Amino acid sequence: MSSTVDRDLALHLEALRKQMGDTVKVEEVGDVVRSLLMSLSGDVSAGDLRLYSEVQALATYIHNAKMEIAALRPQDIQQQYIASATDELDAIVGATENATNAILDAAEKLESLTDDTVPEVGQRLTEQITLIYEACNFQDITGQRITKVVRALKHIEERIDALVLAFGPEVKDTDKPSEQTSAQTLSDEELLNGPQLPEKAHDQAAIDALFDNS
Amino acid sequence: MAVDKNMHVLIVDDYKTMLRIIRNLLRQIGFVNIDEATDGSMALQMMRGGNYGLVISDWNMEPMTGLQLLREVRSDAKLKNTPFIMVTAESKSENVIAAKEAGVSNYIVKPFNAETLQAKMVSVLGEF
Repeated sequence: MSSTVDRDLALHLEALRKQMGDTVKVEEVGDVVRSLLMSLSGDVSAGDLRLYSEVQALATYIHNAKMEIAALRPQDIQQQYIASATDELDAIVGATENATNAILDAAEKLESLTDDTVPEVGQRLTEQITLIYEACNFQDITGQRITKVVRALKHIEERIDALVLAFGPEVKDTDKPSEQTSAQTLSDEELLNGPQLPEKAHDQAAIDALFDNS
Repeated sequence: MAVDKNMHVLIVDDYKTMLRIIRNLLRQIGFVNIDEATDGSMALQMMRGGNYGLVISDWNMEPMTGLQLLREVRSDAKLKNTPFIMVTAESKSENVIAAKEAGVSNYIVKPFNAETLQAKMVSVLGEF
């Protein structure tokens, strides 16, 4: 189809050139284009050209969107940020549970001592220990809230998966290394990572060794 | 008739710390025969093999939720009259309605305090 269109187009342009010369005034451009479109027939109509133009604009838009998504590095979001956030949240649940159990241990030991003291003091101690038990409710509530957040993160991860699958490998695989891995010098902000997950954290002995050897 | 504080109470929750908190609060008000289960199916098995005067159960547990446990209890000829208090963070009105329709004896929203627990127990069991 394109060779036929090209040949026809060349013939029409030659006819126009003979009619209007090599130079056309700006105000005559509209007439030239209209004349050209009206003279086209067969395979290509003015509607076809508009459609082609729309499709081309759409293709450009999709291409740009893919490039922008690729620049976001969806694999990093999935494998690094979401996985890391989930681990951090699990660590919060574990740490608060340990802390709550330590508080309960101490409260139970205190309670066992109330019989060894005068009744009035024992009663006042028991009241305060009850308040400690009540306050420890927080662990169950925060645990459930965090579980909800983890579920939301997993949902986001699934949507990113679907996006990567729909847009194909050019979105999935980008050769550009992430800024974090390629950076040689870390800024003050990049040094602020907060507490490390227990399995990744250095203990005091390791810190001492690092400190002494650096 | 006074409530027998020697009755067996079953507390059901998948959070071990919550089991511990409820056990301690019950002990403070004089209940000493307390058993624990970590989900509905474990609780149901224990109820079928025991004689519990009260069940205090969480809602959100796996594999069997507190609501499923409640329905099982209410449809069991031997267990159907067991007082059952739901203690849960689920505080939407539809939750309370569903629990009431399933036959819950009372409903406590987490976080709760000792006073609320005792008040609901009194409303279910009578003064003690």
